[in-house]
Amino acid sequence: MKHLLGIGRILAFLLLAMAGAPGSAQHDFDAQRRGMVDEIAALARETAFETGKPALDARVIAVLGKVPRHRFVPADQLGAAYRNRPLPIGHGQTISQPYIVALMTDLLQVRPGDAVLEIGTGSGYQAAILAELTQTVCTIEIVPPLAREAEERLRTLGYAGVRTRVGDGYYGWADCGPFDAIIVTAAASHVPPPLIQQLKPGGRMVIPVGAPFLAQQLMLVEKNRDGGIVTRQILPVRFVPLTGKH
Amino acid sequence: MASAPPGPGPARSTVAALGNGAPPLVAVLLLSSAAMAYEVLLTRLFSIILWHHFAYMMISVALLGYGAAGTFVAVAQRALLPRFEAVFAGCAALFGATAIAGFVLAQRVAFNPLEILWDPGQPLRLVAVYGLLFVPFFCAATAICVTFTRFASLPHRIYSVDILGAGAGSLGVLGALFLLAPTDVLRLAAATGIAAGAVALARGSVPPRRLAAVLFAAAAVVPFVLPAAWTGLRPSEYKELSQTLTIDGTRIVAERSSPLGLLTVVESASVPFRHAPGLSLNATMEPPPQLALFTDGEGLSALTRYDGRREPLAYLDQVTSALPYHLLRKPRVLVLGAGAGADVLQALYHEARAVDAVELDPQVIDLVQQRFADFSGAPYGAPGVRAHVGEARGFVAARGERWDLIQVALLDAFGASSAGLYALSESYLYTVEALQEYLAHLEPGGLLAITRWVNLPPRDVLKLFATAVAALERSGAPPAQRLALIRGWKTATLLVKNGAFTPADIAALREFCRARSFDVAYFPGIDAAETNRYNVLDRPDFHDGAIALLGAGRGDFIDRYKFDIAPATDDRPYFFHFFRWRALPELLALKARGGLPLLEWGYPVLVATLVQAVAASLLLILLPLGVLTRRAQDPATPAAFALRVAAYFLAIGFAFMFVEIAFIQKFLLLLAHPLYAVAVVLCSFLLFAGLGSWFSGRLPPKGEGPLRRPVTGAVAAIGALCLLYLVVLPWLFRLLMPLPDPLRILFSIALIAPLAFAMGMPFPLGLARTAARAPALVPWAWGVNGCASVVAAILATVLAIHAGFAAVVVLAVLLYGLAAAAFPR
Repeated sequence: MKHLLGIGRILAFLLLAMAGAPGSAQHDFDAQRRGMVDEIAALARETAFETGKPALDARVIAVLGKVPRHRFVPADQLGAAYRNRPLPIGHGQTISQPYIVALMTDLLQVRPGDAVLEIGTGSGYQAAILAELTQTVCTIEIVPPLAREAEERLRTLGYAGVRTRVGDGYYGWADCGPFDAIIVTAAASHVPPPLIQQLKPGGRMVIPVGAPFLAQQLMLVEKNRDGGIVTRQILPVRFVPLTGKH
Repeated sequence: MASAPPGPGPARSTVAALGNGAPPLVAVLLLSSAAMAYEVLLTRLFSIILWHHFAYMMISVALLGYGAAGTFVAVAQRALLPRFEAVFAGCAALFGATAIAGFVLAQRVAFNPLEILWDPGQPLRLVAVYGLLFVPFFCAATAICVTFTRFASLPHRIYSVDILGAGAGSLGVLGALFLLAPTDVLRLAAATGIAAGAVALARGSVPPRRLAAVLFAAAAVVPFVLPAAWTGLRPSEYKELSQTLTIDGTRIVAERSSPLGLLTVVESASVPFRHAPGLSLNATMEPPPQLALFTDGEGLSALTRYDGRREPLAYLDQVTSALPYHLLRKPRVLVLGAGAGADVLQALYHEARAVDAVELDPQVIDLVQQRFADFSGAPYGAPGVRAHVGEARGFVAARGERWDLIQVALLDAFGASSAGLYALSESYLYTVEALQEYLAHLEPGGLLAITRWVNLPPRDVLKLFATAVAALERSGAPPAQRLALIRGWKTATLLVKNGAFTPADIAALREFCRARSFDVAYFPGIDAAETNRYNVLDRPDFHDGAIALLGAGRGDFIDRYKFDIAPATDDRPYFFHFFRWRALPELLALKARGGLPLLEWGYPVLVATLVQAVAASLLLILLPLGVLTRRAQDPATPAAFALRVAAYFLAIGFAFMFVEIAFIQKFLLLLAHPLYAVAVVLCSFLLFAGLGSWFSGRLPPKGEGPLRRPVTGAVAAIGALCLLYLVVLPWLFRLLMPLPDPLRILFSIALIAPLAFAMGMPFPLGLARTAARAPALVPWAWGVNGCASVVAAILATVLAIHAGFAAVVVLAVLLYGLAAAAFPR
C-alpha cells in the first residue's frame, strides 16, 4: 500500500511537470525535429540513392524541419514521433518512415504553384509537407474516420489550403487538376488510368509498393512532354544484389 | 488411495508404497487428444489473426510446457504422486480453462509482428503471448507426466494411449474444422480436456465421484456458454481483410471455414475493388464489378462479374500473364491454382479451346459456382471448362494428357511474398521436378507460363528462371532456346516452351510487350539494348540475371547473389526462401534508409525460435537435474546413469520427430494433398507407434543373437527401413501416382506401418528401464524427450532448408544408433 502511494505521488508529479511546462515540451519537440532532419540529410548524403542524385533537395529538408510531425501521430506514439521509423496511426494505416517521406517528396519535384494530388491522406503529414512546397494540394482518403481526423488536424495546424475529400481515389480529382505531381500512398493493384490522364505532360507520380511498415520500393511514373509514359522502379536504399562487384 | 500423505523418503519408496493399480488410460487418451487438437488449432487461429510464421514461433515455445511439466513433476513428485487423481483431474480441468483463456488473452496482447524490429516493446509482448499459451500445455503435460511417474512400471500402455490420443486429436481437429468454426473447435478441445479430468476422478472413491459429476457437467456446459464476444477472432488491423473492411460500404457476404483456411467474401458497395494486378499503364479500361475473396484475411483474389460477354474481360489481356495467348491459337489450357477464376476468365477471353482448372480448396469452387453463381456467371461450368478439386502437382502427375498451355497462377499475395512470409512453407509447385513434370505434359510447341510478383532486387523471378534452366537441362533440352521472360512494373511472366521459340514467336512477344509497355528480359537472340526500356531499373537486373543463369558462370552467379536463388528441388522445396546470412548486416545497417523490407523475415524468425527453444530446453533439463542428483543420495542413481538417460531420450526425441516430419513431406508428393498427407501420415505414425509401444511391453528384456536387446532390434529395423525408403520411395511413388486416392492412401499406410511400429518401441523400453533403476528420473526423462521433440520440429525445417529432407532422415538414423548405444544400463 505504501509503495502504491509512493508510485502515485511520482506519477502525479510527472503529470504536473508535463502539464506545467508546455513550453519546454514544445522546445523538446523542436530539438527532436532538428535531430531527425540532420539524420535524414546525413543519410541521404551517404546514400546517393538510385536516382543518381547526390542528396535530397534543400527545400525538402527545410520543410521536414518545419512540419510538426508530433501533431500527426497518436498520443501513445508521441515519444517516437521524430524517430526515423514508420508509426501506426490506427485503422491499419501507418505514417511512413520520415526518410521515405523525404525521398518520395524529393522524387515529386514540387515547385511553388504546382498542383499536387495525394491519394491516401492517412494522418495528413505528407499533405502538410506538400502544402509547405506549393499552394494547391488536394488529398483523398478512403477511410472516413481517418479523413475526418486529418482534415481537422490540417485545419488546426494552419494548412487550411489543403483540400480534403473522403472517398474513392480511383478517378482522381478532376476539378483540382490536372496535376504536376501525384502521390498514391494507398495500396493499389494497378495504376488507375484516370490518374495518368490527370497527370500533366512533364508531371510525376510516385507510388510506394509494399505491405504496411514495409514500403519496399518506389515507383516513379513520368509523363513526357509528348504524353508518353516511362516508369522507374527505385529502391530507397543502395543495395547491389551481387557481392564483389560494387 | 489418493489420501496417502507425502512421505519423507525418496520418490522411489513413495511409488512403491502406493502400489500399482491401473493407469487412467481413457483419461490420458482424451487429454492427449485435446492437447494435440489445441496445438493444431492454435496454428489455424493465429494464421487467421496474425501470420503463419509467427503462429509457428508462438506455439513452438508454448510447447515447451511439455518439458517444463517434466521438470515440475521431477521436482515435486513427492507431493504430487499421493494425490494422483486430484492432480490429474485438476490439471486436466485447468488445461480446459486455460486453453480458452490463454488464447482469449493472447489475442488481447497488442503484439504487432510488423513492428518487431522498430519497437522495443514488441518482443516483451511476444513473451507475454508465450507465457499465456504455455500454461495450457504445461497443465496437460503435467497430468500426463504424473501418470507416467505414478505408473512407472507400465510405460508401454500409457505411451501407446498417449500417442493414440495425439493421433485421434490431430485427425479429430481436421474433421472438426470442416464442420465447425475454429473458435467452436476451441471450445470443443477445452471441453474434451475437462472431461478427461472427470474420467480420471470417476475411477476413485465416492466423494471424488461426486466431483467427477460436477466436472462432467462443467465440461458439457462451461466452454459452450462463454460469450462469443470473448472468443471472437480479432485479426490484426494490418491484414488486408481488416484494411478492406475500414472502407465505407464494405461488408462480409460469405464465410467458409475449413482446415485449408478461412475464406471470406467481401462486397464493396461504394468503392469497386478493381483488382487487376500489374495492369499495363497503357490500359484505359476498368475491370468489371468484383467481389473480393480473402484466405485467412490475406491474399485478395477477385471474383469477377461475368455475363458471358468477352468485352468486359478485355483488361485480362493487359497483364503479363496474357502473353502465351499471343503465341498460341485457341489452346487447350490447364490452369493450376484456379482460385476465384481470373485465369479461367482470361482463357475464355482468349477463346481457349478447352480449359482444365485445378483448385485445392473445394469451398472456393463452391463459392464461385454455387453461392455466387449469378454474379460470377459460373465460369467453371462454361462450355469447354472443367473444374477439378485437387493439388496441382499431383493432378498433373496423375494425368496422361497433354496441354498446349499450362498456366501457373499467381497464388500468393504480394505483401506476404515481399516480406518473405512464405519462406518456411514447402511448395512442390515450383521445384525442378515439378517443372519437369509440367514440361512432360506439354504438347509439342506448348508453353508453360508462370507469373510471379516483381520484387526488387529480383529474387523469386530469378530463382524461377534458374529452376527452369535446371529442369530443361535435366530433361535434355537446350534452355537458352526455350525460355522467355517479360516483366511489367508489378508482375513478371516466364515462358518455357516445349520446343525452340520461332522468329514468329519472338515477333509476337515483342509486339505484345511494346503495346503494353512491358519490358523484355530474355528470349533467344535478345539484344541487351532492347531491355529495360519502359519500366526502368537502375540496372537491367532481370536481363543480366537471366544471361548469367544461362551461362557457364551460373554457379558463381548464384553463389555471389545476396539472396538465395538456387533452384528449389523436391528434397529442398523452399522456393520462397531467399534469406542469406551474409546480407543481414548490410540490410540491418540500411534500416534507417528503408532497407528493412528487403529482409526476408521467415527464416530469421525460425532461427530465433530455435535459439529460444534450445535455451529454454537447456534450462528445463539442467535445472531439475541439479535438484534430483542432490536429493537422490541413492547409489542406484549415479551421474553416469542420469547422463545415459538424458542422451537416450534426447536422441530418440529428435530422431522420432525428424523421421515423422521428413516422411510427412515425402508422402505429400504421393498423397498430393497437404491435408491428406498430414492426416494420413501423422495418424499412421501415431497409430502404429502406439501399437509398437503396446507390443514392446511383451518383449523379454533380453533375447538371443546380436539384436538380443529389444531396443537394438527396434533401432536396426528403423534404420534399415528409413534408408530403404529414401532409395525406393521416389521410384515407387512414380508407379503409384496414377492410382485413385483410396489406393494411394492404403499404400501410404502400408509403407508407414512397419516403420512406425518399430519407432513406437524405444521410448517405453527406455522409460521402463529408467523406472526399474531410478524411478525419480522418470518425469525428468519424459521432460527431456518433450524438449527434444519441440526443438527437433524447428530444427528439422532449418536442416531441410539447408541440406534437404533426405539429410534429415539420415541424421535421424544416426541419432537412433546413438540412442541404442546410450541405452541406460
